[in-house]
Amino acid sequence: MSPLAPRDMDELFASPSPWLLGEGPHAEMVLSTRIRLARNLDDVPFTHRAREEQLMGVLASVSAAAQGSKSFADGLLLRMNEVAPLDRQVLVERHLVSHELGDGARPRGILIAPDARLSLMINEEDHLRLQALTPGFQLAEAWALADGADDELDPALEFAFNDEIGYLTSCPTNAGTGLRASVLIHLPALVLLEEIQRVLKSIMQVGLNVRGLYGEHSEVMGNLFQISNQTTLGRSERDSIESLERVTRQIIETEERARERMMRDARVQIEDKVWRAYGTLRYCRSIHAREVINLCSAVRLGVAMDVPALCPLRVLNELLVLTQPAHLQRMHGSELAPADRNIVRAGFVRERLAAAERESGVNP
Amino acid sequence: MLCQICGKNPATVHFTEIHDNHMSEIHVCERCAEEKGMHASAQQHKFEIADLLAGMVDSMTQTDEERVGHVQCPRCGMLYSSFKETGRLGCAECYAAFQFQLRPLLRRIHGDTRHRGKTPTRGSAGAARTRQIQRLHDDLRRAVEREDFEKAATIRDEIRTLEAELQAERAGAEGRS
Ligand SMILES: [Zn+2]
Ligand SMILES: [Zn+2]
Repeated sequence: MSPLAPRDMDELFASPSPWLLGEGPHAEMVLSTRIRLARNLDDVPFTHRAREEQLMGVLASVSAAAQGSKSFADGLLLRMNEVAPLDRQVLVERHLVSHELGDGARPRGILIAPDARLSLMINEEDHLRLQALTPGFQLAEAWALADGADDELDPALEFAFNDEIGYLTSCPTNAGTGLRASVLIHLPALVLLEEIQRVLKSIMQVGLNVRGLYGEHSEVMGNLFQISNQTTLGRSERDSIESLERVTRQIIETEERARERMMRDARVQIEDKVWRAYGTLRYCRSIHAREVINLCSAVRLGVAMDVPALCPLRVLNELLVLTQPAHLQRMHGSELAPADRNIVRAGFVRERLAAAERESGVNP
Repeated sequence: MLCQICGKNPATVHFTEIHDNHMSEIHVCERCAEEKGMHASAQQHKFEIADLLAGMVDSMTQTDEERVGHVQCPRCGMLYSSFKETGRLGCAECYAAFQFQLRPLLRRIHGDTRHRGKTPTRGSAGAARTRQIQRLHDDLRRAVEREDFEKAATIRDEIRTLEAELQAERAGAEGRS
């Protein structure tokens, strides 16, 4: 039986995104794998230059074409101007829409497929941004999903394309394949052992891009990094994905070796750090989102190192997203001042961990 | 990938710029990074495609630059000078309208200017087949690198079949015209 798409924002909010499940290969280190394809309609100016009614036409024709395809039939279409600002922010925190789409001012939308790993942003920087977001390290699977959906959309829409440059995009940095393949990876041991700069430098030297997650500019929070392909011209999609795959595997191995070394030389100190982080999360009374992200990083390391009696990865992934401001306020049912958010957040985190302890029957 | 400023040395310094929620990436060689006063810690510096383009026309005379700036896309009316400011093109036709200016830029961004990925089905069948052959050549190269000669032989046969089909198609098309 094929899964059903959520019927509205409430159902979407209530169902966890697949990438939060903590499943998939190397889930202890790679949180999610994403494939994004940028496409534009040939006969309409790019989004930033199109008139309002042209964008309404794009929204209508693209959503109709998509809903007529196998992948997106019975999907949920959200028109951003009809979505409440807080809910738009929820979609951003779920990694379903970009900040640009989240502004809601122009005729934009997101279509979420019954297979919740697949979504389509309409009238973002490009008319179409097709996205496959899978849990764990699954580049081939994510590519198959996005590629398949693109093949289905293609006959129904005339994509801007020329034989020399390939798919034409609003920004020339995406022209060609329009592909951005990325993995969200947790590298605490390399950071702790101060080897991360060397590793990041080597990633960049092979033409991949890396940036910290959640931080502005290059600030890194929670030891989470996003690694992606840099160029879109001159290489096939498969070539780009394979090189990201190869480099990510090397990084996983490097991080694994660093973790082993750390546990061998400083097991007690690491376990102490892990349990102090857990204790803070479990008993805090006021906590900032950033602190949750950083403490979850330590606990995640503990889970990956088989420190017994910690919570499952799924709970840590949920905390990462559900403690963000929009999710928190929606759960709470009203808007909150930042100071109050910290108190509500602390209550939510304590409760979630207490529930996980009850579920597992282990009292750490 | 080549340095986006000088276009000569390999780019070894990489910056990600987030500006107005728009992320752009800059790749330069160490020498140019130093000259422009960019350090790993200076990623906040506003340094976008616009600046990159500004750097590229340094060698042009003032009048050259003005002339190029006035090139206009016949479909959407975008001026090249306004692309220079925003880093965004106006429509699909802009790629043709600004092709002479864009080609060196694309080379600097991507290190290449030729698409090697998938093709829409609406593109001509011949073009799709040509690209499929190109892809198979990539596969062939990879198979040889892996020393998987059995696979390489299969791919080679596939390429021959496709090439024969393509030739037959072309001959057929000529015969009809
Ligand atoms: Zn240079
Ligand atoms: Zn144009």
